[in-house]
Formats: sequence, structure tokens, C-alpha cells
Amino acid sequence: MIVLTALAGGVGAAARFVADGLGRERLPGPWAIVLVNVVGSFALGLLTAATLAEPWSAALGVGLIGGWTTFSTASHDTLDLARDGRLALAAAHAAGTLVLSVGAAAAGLALL
Amino acid sequence: MPAPHRDPRLVALVAAGGTVGVLARDLLTRAVGATSWPMATFAINLVGAFTLGLLLASLRRRGPDAGRLLHARLLLGTGVLGGFTTYSALAVGTVELAQDDRLVAALAYGVGTVVLGLGAVALGTAAGRSRTTA
Repeated sequence: MIVLTALAGGVGAAARFVADGLGRERLPGPWAIVLVNVVGSFALGLLTAATLAEPWSAALGVGLIGGWTTFSTASHDTLDLARDGRLALAAAHAAGTLVLSVGAAAAGLALL
Repeated sequence: MPAPHRDPRLVALVAAGGTVGVLARDLLTRAVGATSWPMATFAINLVGAFTLGLLLASLRRRGPDAGRLLHARLLLGTGVLGGFTTYSALAVGTVELAQDDRLVAALAYGVGTVVLGLGAVALGTAAGRSRTTA
């Protein structure tokens, strides 16, 4: 079960990398990762409400979706904006990612 | 050369790193067990943010983002630390605290993680820039 979760996490991380790269081809900057995190938060909300049996719940929730979303890059992206002197945008990025992700998670939890 | 995200070998590198990062998060979260406040995810995200700042600043100091430095960034940063940290568990954990009528705890968890995460990544970046070794 732990191995399955870890492997699913690898798939999630790879999918995030490709999605981020494809997103940046159209819209440079941290916005693809914002979308990745919001979509993943919605998906984890849905999955939590669905209460799947193990090992699928851990493989999908902790692994695939956990590997897909990322906190470290989101924080680093906020710092990059702040260091560019774009303080208002940095604040909007940090607050916006949190509010949208929490809202998406709540929507996912409420949907089922 | 294709863009990194279109190079199957680099995508595989991120997947390998992500597997290790998610494994570490899973093991740590299991070791801590169920808590009334998501301590494990909170700590994991802060440690991961600090380490990503440290890693990216160290790599940037060593040279341009190509070759082995690019490989290290994708394996360790995008893969390991990207998989180790998680935003989805932060978001769902915040909602669950709020649904338990623990609004102060929910706010402290959500806002606290983001604010301290920003501090952690800034601290890691400063450490990575100033180090003369490694």
C-alpha cells in the first residue's frame, strides 16, 4: 500500500511538471501551479467525501493528488513575485491560492 | 533539445523524485498518526518550503539552469520536494477544521502555513545564497 501510494505520487508529480510546462507556454509565471493546486484541492475534497476503501484512498489522495499539488513551489513563487518588487501581486498570489484552494476543497467535499 | 517538460527522460526524473518525496510524506504522516490538528502536514510543508529555497538558491549560485543543475532542480525540487509538500491536504485539512466548528484553528492552520511557509522559503533562500560551501 505504501509502495502503491509512492508510485502514484511519482505519477502526480510528473503530471504536475508537464501541466506546469504546458501552462507556461501559454501564460508565463506561477499561474499554472495555482491552477494545479486549486484543481487538486477540489479533487481531494471529492475523494474525501467519496470515502473510498484502502489502498485506493491513500494511493489517490496522499499519492496521486498529493504529488500533483505542491506547497513548496507555491511559496517560492510568492517569494519570487515579492523579490521582483511586485508586492501586491505576491500578496494576491499567496492569499488567492489559499482562498481558491480552500474554496475548491469545500466545494469538492460538499458535492458528494 | 525539447523543452524540459517535453523530454520523457526529464519527466521520468521528476516522477522518480516525486515517488521518494511522497513516500517520505506518507511515512512521516503515518508515524505521527491522527492528531487533533494536522501537525505532520504543517511541519512537512514548512520544512519543504525552507529546503526548496535552500536548493534553488544553491543551484542558482552554481550556474545556469542547464545540464546537471537542471537535472538536480527537477529531481530534488520539482520531484522530491514538490511531492513531499502538498497543497491539497492543506486545503482539505483547513475545511475539515472549519466544519468541526474550530474556526480559529482552521484560520491558524491555513493562514499560518502560508505565512510561515513564505518565511521558511525566504530563510532557505538566504541560507542558500550566503553559503560558501555545498
